[in-house]
Amino acid sequence: MIHTLRHKDLLGIADLTPEEIALVLDTAEAMKEIGSRTVKKVPALRGKTVINLFFEPSTRTRTSFEIAEKRLSADTLNVAIGTSSVVKGETLADTALNLEAMNPDMIVLRHSSSGACHLLSRICRSAIINAGDGMHEHPTQALLDAFTIREKKKTLSGLKVAIVGDLLHSRVLRSNIHLLTKMGADVWVCGPPTLIPADVSRFGVRATSVIDDAVRDADVIMLLRIQLERMEGAYFPSLREYFNVFGMTEDRLRAAKPDVMIMHPGPMNRGVEISSEVADGPYSVILDQVSNGVAVRMAVLYLLAGGAEHEEAA
Amino acid sequence: MPIVMDADRIGRTLTRIAHEIVERNKGVDDLALVGVRTRGVHIARRLARALREITGEEIPTGALDITLYRDDLMRQAVGPQPLVRRTEIPFSIDNRKILLVDDVLYTGRTTRAALDALIDFGRPKAIQLIVLVDRGHRELPIKADYVGKNLPTASDESVQVRLQESDGQDEVVLQQEGR
Repeated sequence: MIHTLRHKDLLGIADLTPEEIALVLDTAEAMKEIGSRTVKKVPALRGKTVINLFFEPSTRTRTSFEIAEKRLSADTLNVAIGTSSVVKGETLADTALNLEAMNPDMIVLRHSSSGACHLLSRICRSAIINAGDGMHEHPTQALLDAFTIREKKKTLSGLKVAIVGDLLHSRVLRSNIHLLTKMGADVWVCGPPTLIPADVSRFGVRATSVIDDAVRDADVIMLLRIQLERMEGAYFPSLREYFNVFGMTEDRLRAAKPDVMIMHPGPMNRGVEISSEVADGPYSVILDQVSNGVAVRMAVLYLLAGGAEHEEAA
Repeated sequence: MPIVMDADRIGRTLTRIAHEIVERNKGVDDLALVGVRTRGVHIARRLARALREITGEEIPTGALDITLYRDDLMRQAVGPQPLVRRTEIPFSIDNRKILLVDDVLYTGRTTRAALDALIDFGRPKAIQLIVLVDRGHRELPIKADYVGKNLPTASDESVQVRLQESDGQDEVVLQQEGR
């Protein structure tokens, strides 16, 4: 059994072994209990400084990281891009090096460019945690999704997981494909042909544009947001047509397993990828995902705070 | 590798401690057991059974993981993090007398961490410390209220408590540390 992550940073799920993923999820179980206490704080990261550097709008992820950091007693600060030197033309690398000159221990980065975290990882001494980079990865989202599934289904192995929506622009999809296939799930991805990345089946998933095939006997259905802000071309005729063909409705759900879980990383477009009845219905674990996000991020912060090391004996 | 306590001795010792608990607290009203993970939890559960046999009362029992309260956490510049396990205290500790249970009392640092962790859960009326083995070498001003066995040791020796629940057998062993 391993006790530690082998990396200085969390850049993506692609770098993690199944054992490391299991370690994060197990640690998150212990962290979840802390959030249910009256005094929701432990002294583990006392004296550590964490900078949340967000170059893209985010409510859920930024708040979740901040709460996680505070519950572990780290000193946290948020750099809001609208009021930072970035608007004066400073490069990402310069911004990071300047922040690093103030000696933080970790930097949580969200950026619209894929690979931004890898760049910082090379030039920074601090641990870099990827909070979403472009269309590349969003590892803590996939970890919290896995935690939520494991909490209800006890395992990830052998489950049919259907991921439906804007596959092309989704970093959540990429992280989830890595994680779910590593943990032995049977992953289906579904969306309009224009939004299915070329060669996605190379990652060991089945791609389809027939929603009923994806939903049939699914244990988990994960809906992805139609990312209007990333769409420059015409990927489908209209939002209403998208809802008619791919939107998750109670009707469509009947083909899934009776105990199917409905997940969405948020923010939801109600009436586009998901109907309100389903979003607020009994199968929905969308708000559990948000709660679990704090525990999973606490686990990641705790495990990375020790620094990179190989397996130990004790 | 001398065995300093065998299964019978451990069993008798825990029965004796259970009687001492009842005597000292004049019954078991307002008592709750909290074991320090891992082996303290097993001992706490056994004490709860012994107390039920003596008094017929069910004593609430919880499990405490002190990892996040350790004073050596994050002290090294780089190092693997100790494994964190779940704390389960499914009752309010406010105004209760908490019997804190650990297998071995050594430097006192684990107990210090456990006290800090407990206080974050509420304000107990009192905390009493129960240990199966007190091996000396305290580094903090901490003393146990109930001791299974006082075991004088050298600092290069290590005391291994093995319990059925986690190790398949009951025994306490004194080992020379292999350095």
